[in-house]
Amino acid sequence: MYSNLWLIPFFPLVGSIINGLFGKKIKNEKVIGGIATIAIFLSFLVSCQNFFRLLGDTEKVHQQILGSWMSIGILNVEWGFLLDPLSALMIMVVTGVGSLIHLYSIGYMHGETGFYRFFSYLNLFCFSMLMLVLGNNALVMFIGWEGVGLCSYLLIGYYFEKKSAGDAAKKAFVVNRIGDFGFLCGLFTLFWALGSKGVWTLNFVEISENAHLLQSGGLLVTVVTLCFFLGATGKSAQIPLYTWLPDAMEGPTPVSALIHAATMVTAGIYMIARMNILFAMSPTTMMVIAFVGAATALFAASIGFAQNDIKRVLAYSTVSQLGFMFMAMGVGAFTAGIFHLMTHAFFKACLFLGSGSVIHGMHHAYHHAHLHDDPQDMRNMGGLRKFMPITWITYLLSCLAIAGMPFFAGFFSKDEILWWTFASTRGSYLVWIIGTIAACMTAFYMFRSLYMTFHGEQRTDVRAKDHIPESPWVITLPLIILAGLATIAGFIGIPHAIDVAHVGNGIASFLDPVFGQAQQLHNIGIPEDLAHNVGLEIGLMCMSVVIGLIGIGGAYYMYMKKQELPAKFTGAFPGLHKAVFNKWYIDELYDFLFVNPCKKIGTFLWKGFDVCVVDGVVNGIGWVVKGLASGLRYTQSGFLHNYAMIMVVGVVVIVGYYIFG
Amino acid sequence: MADNLLSLMTFFPLLGMLLILVIPRDNGSLLKSATLVVTLITFVLSLPLAFDDVFTVSGGMHYREFHEWISIGNFFQMNYNVGVDGISLWLVMLTTFIMPIAVLSTWNAVDKNIKGFMALLLLLETGMLGAFISLDLFLFYIFWELMLIPMYFLIGIWGGKNRIYAAVKFFIYTAVGSLLMLVAIIFVYYYAVQSGAPINGFGIQEFYRLAIPSGAQYWLFLAFGFSFAIKVPMFPLHTWLPDAHTEAPTAGSVILAAVLLKMGTYGYVRFAMPLFPDALQTFIPLLAFLSVVGIVYGSLVAMMQEDVKKLVAYSSVAHLGFVMLGIFAMNMQGLAGGMIQMINHGISTGALLLIVGFIYERRHTRLISEFGGLAHKMPIFATIFLIITFSSIGLPGTNGFVGEFLALMGAFESGLRWYAVVATTGVIFAAVYMLWMYQRVMFGKMTNPANENLKDLSAREIVLMVPLLVFVFWIGVYPNTFFEKMNPAMEQLLNQMESKVAVVEQVEQPVVAQMVEYK
Amino acid sequence: MISVYHYMILSAILFAIGSFGVLTRKNMIVIFMCIELMLNSVNLTFIALSRHLGNMDGQIFVFFVMTVAAAEAAVGLALIIAFYRNKESIEVDDFRLLKW
Repeated sequence: MYSNLWLIPFFPLVGSIINGLFGKKIKNEKVIGGIATIAIFLSFLVSCQNFFRLLGDTEKVHQQILGSWMSIGILNVEWGFLLDPLSALMIMVVTGVGSLIHLYSIGYMHGETGFYRFFSYLNLFCFSMLMLVLGNNALVMFIGWEGVGLCSYLLIGYYFEKKSAGDAAKKAFVVNRIGDFGFLCGLFTLFWALGSKGVWTLNFVEISENAHLLQSGGLLVTVVTLCFFLGATGKSAQIPLYTWLPDAMEGPTPVSALIHAATMVTAGIYMIARMNILFAMSPTTMMVIAFVGAATALFAASIGFAQNDIKRVLAYSTVSQLGFMFMAMGVGAFTAGIFHLMTHAFFKACLFLGSGSVIHGMHHAYHHAHLHDDPQDMRNMGGLRKFMPITWITYLLSCLAIAGMPFFAGFFSKDEILWWTFASTRGSYLVWIIGTIAACMTAFYMFRSLYMTFHGEQRTDVRAKDHIPESPWVITLPLIILAGLATIAGFIGIPHAIDVAHVGNGIASFLDPVFGQAQQLHNIGIPEDLAHNVGLEIGLMCMSVVIGLIGIGGAYYMYMKKQELPAKFTGAFPGLHKAVFNKWYIDELYDFLFVNPCKKIGTFLWKGFDVCVVDGVVNGIGWVVKGLASGLRYTQSGFLHNYAMIMVVGVVVIVGYYIFG
Repeated sequence: MADNLLSLMTFFPLLGMLLILVIPRDNGSLLKSATLVVTLITFVLSLPLAFDDVFTVSGGMHYREFHEWISIGNFFQMNYNVGVDGISLWLVMLTTFIMPIAVLSTWNAVDKNIKGFMALLLLLETGMLGAFISLDLFLFYIFWELMLIPMYFLIGIWGGKNRIYAAVKFFIYTAVGSLLMLVAIIFVYYYAVQSGAPINGFGIQEFYRLAIPSGAQYWLFLAFGFSFAIKVPMFPLHTWLPDAHTEAPTAGSVILAAVLLKMGTYGYVRFAMPLFPDALQTFIPLLAFLSVVGIVYGSLVAMMQEDVKKLVAYSSVAHLGFVMLGIFAMNMQGLAGGMIQMINHGISTGALLLIVGFIYERRHTRLISEFGGLAHKMPIFATIFLIITFSSIGLPGTNGFVGEFLALMGAFESGLRWYAVVATTGVIFAAVYMLWMYQRVMFGKMTNPANENLKDLSAREIVLMVPLLVFVFWIGVYPNTFFEKMNPAMEQLLNQMESKVAVVEQVEQPVVAQMVEYK
Repeated sequence: MISVYHYMILSAILFAIGSFGVLTRKNMIVIFMCIELMLNSVNLTFIALSRHLGNMDGQIFVFFVMTVAAAEAAVGLALIIAFYRNKESIEVDDFRLLKW
């Protein structure tokens, strides 16, 4: 019935192989881009079919097994796919947003050398991401997990001639690998923990069914989930492994939109959601997740204040929003987390693509005027509204969504998260406070970027000023669609308190088969008295809207009304500004703590231990033998009588020994 | 034909060597083609093994051949006793598979005394195949030493600047180990004679059943283990490898990495472990510790290397650490991981060394700092290099992952949990040193004018990489092809070791006393 | 009555004379003759003990020794001649090529 699941990752894989092998010969950009876009669009169609079929189906969990991958003794891993509401939603987001970004890339990447390479990687990424999402066991998921890391590496390093791009690519992969270390440890521990109870499996369905064998709240399950969470912090850019994501902006903008905003970075959230039963069993891990998420949300938002590169602002915003999702996971609001993941995919992809559109225009203008200014620096922009009206509108809508203005998508998802942090049995007021502050800051820096880019006076070099074009339709069409989604997608998750028309919370009931069991078993949810306290919920909602408005107002005041204020502010606190501008020196700290010591140890082990100690011993033995030999060789006098004498003495000694000894 | 397929396969290269010896020495291309044909025929001869389903059914020895060879009354008896099982099968296949590739790689690289080079390569192949199929300890020892000599000359004559030092170091390291092993072999034989157990020359299958007292096992395992540990090479006996690799010609280092190092790990699986399972139990913590140190140490040192080939050599130390850790896990996953990782290392590291050879042929340097920005001039090379790099890093979907994952999982499921956790950090380091190297060689702007005129890979070079790439993905996606033939043999090995440990515990004191008297 | 001891003592004396000659004389021919003397002293022991013990093994060995001694004489003299042609001397001290 669901036997065409394999087609979903298969199409992009084929697209990737075709473009990878023959793209160079094809040359025609339209054909290359067309192949890639059609490939991902076909999987979007198959995804739609499966999604709607699942929607009408009473049985919510379906697996398709293609065959055995590894089978040794007790370990049997299959190539298999799993379709349940969670993965169904994810494939829709991945293929949907993916298709739009493929389309966008045809316009954005026009004229780049290695055009075919780009689309091959992009398709390969979609393949990996779909494997990650659809895998029915942890190992197939890990294929996707590492596969997206690989594609991220390739795409960040797309402009490989730039050293910074190469560095960023390497950093992304290595930091992700640190996360993978956690993932693997978690996997091994889980396999062993369940195995010692008699169930040797890596299959998600079987893990869920047998999770009760482990002691709830026990050390083992905490270790397993913490290990997996380490994996998630790597992939989803959370403290302490978030540092790669801002650097990843070296890649082309569509990549940032697809990989570093909408899909790949949400893999960690997805993984936690996929294993929600295990995570629900460990309150300790949940608490850690909630606090790490909250800390990241706040911390990244603070860095977002002082960045001038439009993409870096968005990057830190992504880190911060991912923090919100982790907060949701940590307080047991799995549905809200996934909901925010989806809405975030829409508005953040739209924001990135919007910034791409701006960069594209700026680049065009600078190129036209033969200037080499930085097309990504917001200090060179301003007033672009009149040149790029569509980009501006879509950017504005997305900003409103991310700031959580009423009835935009972000409003529903973010408020749901904050409500859970406040009211959930696993919630905490501290997390809620941090979340609310971070929400305010989000509104502030997002609108700062909006004002600096599209409003106010134009700061572009006069020579380039009038050559900024609106982008072509392949770029603006995805923007419009995404902005539309960012505006209306929230209505699938209307909270109970304001559900006046009684349409119900669509996404919650859809995802209930995935999360309901864990939430029930481990008493995760909104307590009865709070659940019916409509007034409180609406009150909090209004409060967060007000907080968002304060952020927007602050940005308007500082960047539109009193434009001298930011400079004054930095003048007043030069140290603070410098620290924020330099991202709190976290990269330098890591270099100091980990990178440089590793290099030093490596050099020491090589030049010190290997060459001196080990080879010293080896060569030393050689020298000793050589030395002894050069001493002893003087016994070889060449006189026959000496030799004969020694022989006789020897004989006498030996015979004497036998006679008298 | 099938009756003596193994002998035919093993000695065909030797026959080929005789053929090479009658070809005039100045006819280089004929010499090369003839060698290539000989190695290809050997490969074809070995193919029936790979397609034989008997290995999926039974874990015992197949294709047995037995002839009495040297016999001195009751005093000394050794036989020509050969056979393959699921464990040696893939190593034999790897050898016959890698040889034509190695020969093809020398096409332009070797120009002095081609005749000698080719003859030694073929002699080496016979030695390697013989060592993998020997079921008689003495015969194994002969082949083991037979490998050493051609390799010594390959490094010493056709090597780089510091070749004599490297060759002598290689020789002495290995010879010291082998002599200890020889003493141990003789001891085992005379112990068997003395104890009156049924033996068949130096046949290992009979030796497997010996109940050697644990005190003696301890020393015997040390002797065997030391010899194999040098060959693997395990930390801290690894320092010959970087030198040997750097100095050896490309074909030499490919064979060295792909096959010769596997002799050590194979030796553990075939000889040291099943012969002395009791002592193994004592040494596992130490050996696992050294494996893990090897992984971390090899990675850290590899990170700082300036010479690409040295980097690959140190990465071998790390990769072989995974193999050893998997083997010492003593369960199916670990053993399977170790075994498949041996094949993987042969393929990935072999390919990496070929890649290093390609750029060395073009630029006559291997220093990372001399390169940079090659991706632009050599796109095909860059792609292949990238795939191999990620295979070496162990990206899922490529071969490296399957091996590392299973080895680590096996170690984790056994008592080596904490070792496995530390070893898992190796996956981070692997990414660091490989990607850093790749970045410095391939990415960035082309700053060195000497690289301006580099040509992309030629058809010959692509042809010799493609089979390796096929296996990179084959093992990554469907390793069951290999596992289904290994599984019965590994199961048998583990069962046999388990039952033997039980037997040894029951050995009574008089046998030990007799032993001491005998000494 | 001459017992086996007398033979033993005689051969010991002959052996001692032979070895003394090998150690002290410088002329190769003389050294060579001294070696022959030593060989023959051993032969004497063999025969005497063989007779004494009633076992023929010793006498057979003597034949071997004599054959070897004859071969040795041929090779040795040839070497000495070769040396003389080179150095116009058969003093052993003139041949010190094999030293450090």
